[in-house]
Formats: sequence, C-alpha cells, structure tokens
Amino acid sequence: MATLLSLSEVSLSFDQRRVLDNISLELNQGEITTLIGPNGAGKSTLVKVILGLLNADSGVITRAPKLKIGYVPQKIAWDEGMPLTAERFLRLANNGAKAKLREVVNLLAIDGLLKRQMARLSGGEMQRVLLARALLREPQLLVLDEPVQGVDISGQVELYQLITELTAKMNFAVLLVSHDLHLVMAGTDQVICLNHHICCKGAPESVAKHPEFARLFAQNEQQQLAVYTHHHQCDDHDHRVDQGEDDD
Amino acid sequence: MMIDSFLINALLAGLGIAVVAGPLGSFVVWRRLAYFGDTLAHASLLGIALGLWWQINLTLAVVLSGALLSLVLLSLQRHKQLASDTLLGIMAHSALSFGLVVVALMDNVRVDLMAYLFGDLLSVTHADLWWIWGGGAVVLAILASQWNNLLSATVNEQLAAAEGVKVEALRALLLLLLALVIAIAMKIVGVLIISSLLLIPAATARRLAHSPEQMAGLAVLFGGFAVLLGLSLSWYQDTPAGPSVVVAAATQFILVHTLIRGKA
Repeated sequence: MATLLSLSEVSLSFDQRRVLDNISLELNQGEITTLIGPNGAGKSTLVKVILGLLNADSGVITRAPKLKIGYVPQKIAWDEGMPLTAERFLRLANNGAKAKLREVVNLLAIDGLLKRQMARLSGGEMQRVLLARALLREPQLLVLDEPVQGVDISGQVELYQLITELTAKMNFAVLLVSHDLHLVMAGTDQVICLNHHICCKGAPESVAKHPEFARLFAQNEQQQLAVYTHHHQCDDHDHRVDQGEDDD
Repeated sequence: MMIDSFLINALLAGLGIAVVAGPLGSFVVWRRLAYFGDTLAHASLLGIALGLWWQINLTLAVVLSGALLSLVLLSLQRHKQLASDTLLGIMAHSALSFGLVVVALMDNVRVDLMAYLFGDLLSVTHADLWWIWGGGAVVLAILASQWNNLLSATVNEQLAAAEGVKVEALRALLLLLLALVIAIAMKIVGVLIISSLLLIPAATARRLAHSPEQMAGLAVLFGGFAVLLGLSLSWYQDTPAGPSVVVAAATQFILVHTLIRGKA
C-alpha cells in the first residue's frame, strides 16, 4: 500500500495553547482511517493541516507528488441568500466535464437532487451532494469532516456503507473525522484517537480496549463500546443498529 | 437643448452604475458585506477631503482611499481584537467626521457637501461618464473572469480553499472592486445611500432568481428601472437624485416581496 500522506511529529499552537502535540500518522491508499476524539480535541485543526490550509509550527508533512485531495466539509450552514441548484454547485468544482458529472451522479444516486435548491436539501441529501463534489475531483485522498452530523441513524449507516464501497472501488485513501463512536468503526482499517496528542491508534479492536480510549470517553463508555463491538462484528450485511438511537 | 443633455448624462451614469451594481451587489448580499459597503461609502468623504487638499482628481482620490481602507479593514479583521461590526462602526463614522472636519478647515475651498452626501443629478460630467462606464467595464470583466471561483469561495471558504481557490486573494479583490464602484457611483447617488443601490436591487432579485446568474441579471434590471423612475421623479418633482432612486428601488423591493410569495 502506498502512503499518500504522512505527518511526522507535527505540532501547532494557537496563543501558546498547544492544539496539536507531536502528531505522527500515515494515510495509505485503499485504507479507511477514522479520526475520533471529543469536541475541542483538535480534530478540525488537524484536518486543516492535512488539507494544507494551516501550516504546522514544527514537524514534517509529506504528500505524494501531485496528491489530489477531495474534501467533504462539515455540514454547510446554507445561507438562503444565494439561489443555487445542486447541479450548479457541483459544476463549480468541475468546469464542463459532463461525462464525469454524470458518472458521479449515477454512482451516488443523486439524479433527483440536481434541480433542487441547495438550501432545500436535507442533511443526508446535502452530504451526498458534498461527497459528489469531492469525487468529481477524482481524489486520491478523501477527507470527510464529521460527515454524519445532522444525518439520522439509518442515513449514517448508509453513508458509511457507501464510503466503504467507494474505497474498495476507487482505491483511494479515506480520512474520516468523528466525535461520535457509535457507528464509525465498521470498515475502518485504522483508528486514531486524538485529544491534542494521539492517545492511541491501531486496528479498531485494539483501540477500543485501550485504557486511554476508555478514559477519554468515560461518560457513557459502556454503551459506546458495546455498540462498537456489536457493530463491528456484523458489518457484512444489514446494518441495523438497535442500541444507538439515543445519539448525543 | 442644454438641459436635456444634463438629463441624458445623468441617466447614462445611473444606468452604468446599475449594470455593475447588479452582480457586485449580489455578492454584497451573499457575503453579508452590506455594512462594509456602508463604511466604505461613508469613508469616501474623507477621500474627497484629501483629494481637495492635495488637489488631485477627486474620483481617483476616493478610489485610492477606499482601496486603502479595504485593505486596512481586511488586516484588522484577521487579527480579531474587536468584532467586525464594532470596527466597521468606528471606521464609518470616524472617516465621515474626519472628512467633514477637514473640508471645513480648508477656507479656500467651497464644496457643495449636500451633493456628495445625497448625490447630484446635474453634476454628471463627461469625465464622470468615462469613470462609470470604463471603471464599470473593468469591474465586470474581473468579476466575470473569477465568477466560479468567487461563487465557490462564497458558498464555503474552506471547501474552496481545499480545492485550491485563493480565497484570501478573492476576498481582497471583492473589497477592492466594491471600493472602486462606490467611488465612481458616489457622485450621482451620494455617500450616505450608495450602498443601498448595491443592496436593494440584489435583494429584490433574490425572490425571483433560481441561480446566481439570474439573481445578478435581475438585479441589473431592477437597478436600471429604479434609476429611470428615481431620476424621473427627481427631474419632474425636483426631489434629490440619490434618495429618489433609493425610494424607487425600495418600492420595487416591497412590491416584489409582497406580491410574489413562496419562491425558492
């Protein structure tokens, strides 16, 4: 597996507050990496560093030559001020290439959304359109920042399944950010648990058993770990989640 | 007839402003720059005062002072010590007051302040027309060349930046264009209300438009029509030019928003 992007001992401070502390990680082709951590743990900052929008104070960031990154931001707070159909929104990223647009639209089954106004899309519909926009760039690395915020449970399962399928099909690297531990793990190759520093990382099973992970999510640890284990063990078909309804 | 050529000049100037104010005003609506535009407009009086003092072309002086102010505001906003609206509020009224005081201190100059504050229909010269149509064409050409990038950055700056759009540069560009348009339009509609000519036609068009391009185009039509109505009112009833145009624009806004409901 080729490493597309790696961070080595990256640190970043804002106003003498250390937001990222000695972060080392690798994102590999064909792998899904899930970045979890509580709110305010520095996840968004780390994403910005990976996207190249923020410069680290120290450390080394290595990107594969001409690395193309597709970015799916957190749910866009849509301003009613601008009238914009989903189709026009997609064409902003992709000037003209109709065939590619058609391909991605079919892949994500969003044909019915194209003529709709962006401001009128539901959370789940918006996520699909944002994902489509990222895919139009034919990315080698797909970065999704809290993609399931405001999406209901069945929509979350669907979205994660879709991302797993896409990763297998397109063979890109995926970095998925989440503060929610209920559903993230299925299909994930590597979990990185962040709280300014990397608390632990590795295969999902090993991270779930890690004491620092347990401490970090202590408040309702019992339930979250239960859901996680349950979910991971039956990720082959029918992703019904029966314990995750009381999402925070 | 002499008087008719004044009217024709005024109409040409007003329509030229409407053509460029449509697309630029749409960005003012989309990016919530209304208060920013107001600040630039108020501050242009300081530009006029300095232009008189140094005896340079007044439009040029206003363009330069507006551009400078935009850049200062941009950098102040980046190091956030104070909220944007606080900064803008301080800037707007201080610059206006400095301008008024400087003009008052120059005893050798007689300036018709009312003309600058509220616009003067009869003051449009051929040079003004060159500024409006020439400057307007430049602004439109720049907007057109960056149109998709500007839309992208307006929808979501972080997404646009991740896709390689130079969002910081575009933000500065838009503010500079705004400063330029306000400077060249100030003379006909006046510093106190110029930003409403950017805002109201675009906000009126919002109710009817389904795409950004439609909104910009409709804003040109509404703006142009407001100029025609407002200048007619001014001509026949001897009302002040700028306020008359704004009254026409506001009437359109109210009509469109009460008569047409439930559009996207």
